[in-house]
Amino acid sequence: MCSYITERTAIMGSAKGRQGWMAVDTAVIYYDHPTHVPLDHALNIDFVDSRSHERVAVELSADSARELVARITAALDSGDAIHLGSREPVKGAAP
Amino acid sequence: MYRDLICREIKYKGHEGVEKNAYYARPDGAAGPFPGVVFIHHIPGWNEVCIETVRRLAHHGFEAISHNMYSAYGEGDPDDIGARARAEGGVSDEQMLGDVAGAMAFLRAQPQANGKVAIMGYCSGGRQTFLAGCRLKNVNAIVDCWGGRVMVKDKAALTAKQPVAPIDYAKDLNCPILGIFGNDDKEPDADQVNKTEEILKSLGKTYEFHRYDGAGHAFFDWSRPSYRPEQAMDGWRKTLAFLNKNLR
Repeated sequence: MCSYITERTAIMGSAKGRQGWMAVDTAVIYYDHPTHVPLDHALNIDFVDSRSHERVAVELSADSARELVARITAALDSGDAIHLGSREPVKGAAP
Repeated sequence: MYRDLICREIKYKGHEGVEKNAYYARPDGAAGPFPGVVFIHHIPGWNEVCIETVRRLAHHGFEAISHNMYSAYGEGDPDDIGARARAEGGVSDEQMLGDVAGAMAFLRAQPQANGKVAIMGYCSGGRQTFLAGCRLKNVNAIVDCWGGRVMVKDKAALTAKQPVAPIDYAKDLNCPILGIFGNDDKEPDADQVNKTEEILKSLGKTYEFHRYDGAGHAFFDWSRPSYRPEQAMDGWRKTLAFLNKNLR
C-alpha cells in the first residue's frame, strides 16, 4: 500500500507497554507493510496514549484480524448476556 | 570501491529553513569529486535499512544523505516515530520537497561535491522520488524503486497532504529516470508500471525500467521476507551503473 491511509478511533482503556500499564485513548488501524510480522501486508493496530505518544503495537495477518473481529464481537455479546443478563450467550462464543 | 568512509549524523536546513537531522556518508581519504545521492526514507521510518543504503552508496564512490523527514515527531525507535507520523497523516508533499531540496543543497555545498545530485527512494520514497524529480529544479537523475501510488487508482486516496498523483507532473520531469520493479508487486502492479512507462515514452522522457520475475515489493530490503538476493543484486548493479552514467 505504501500509504499514510489510516482508520482511527478514540478509545477508553489501558494497555501494557514497555513502561508497564498505561491509559490508551486512541487506536490507529492500517493495512500496510508491517515492521515485524513476516508478511508483505498486515493489519496493524497501534493503541496509543496521545499524551506520552507511547504505543502498544500489534501486526496481524488479514485472516487473523478478521477472526479477531468476530471473536471480539462474540466475547462482547457473551459478556453482555452473562454480566447484564440482557441476552442469551452467542453460539460459538468462548465460555 | 571505497572501504574507508566518513559517516556522520549531521544537521541540514530542510523545508522552510528548519534545521533537521540527517545521515551523511562519503569516501574518506580521497579528494573526489563525488556525485551526490539523496536517499528518501520510506513510510515505516528512518530506519537501519535506510542508513545502510547511504553507506552502500558511499562505498561505491558517492556522497550520500538520508534526511530524517520525521524529525518533528521526536526521537525513539524508528518504527514508533513512523507510527506517530502515519497517525497524523504523514509528511506532506510540500514538506517532502522542501526537505529534499535542503538535502540536495547540503550535498552540493560539500567541498568534495561534483555538483551533480540524484534522488533515490524505495516504496513511498519511490513515489516521493518521482514527484521530486518532476517538481524540483537541478535534479540530475532519479531512481524510483517500486514507488507505490505514482499512479493513483482511486482518487479518494489523494489527501490534503498528498493531493496530486505524481504521474500528473510527469511532463515536468527533466532528468533521466531509472525504475526498478518486482512483477509480483501489487502497488505498483505490472499494469501501473506499464502505463507509467507509456506516459514517459509519449512525453519523450529518458527512462530505463527494469522488471523482475520472482520478486514483489521491497525486494532490496534484507530485513524482510520480501528480500530477493539475486534480483536485488542485479537491481543494485543497474542502479550503480545508471548513477555512474548520469552523475560522473
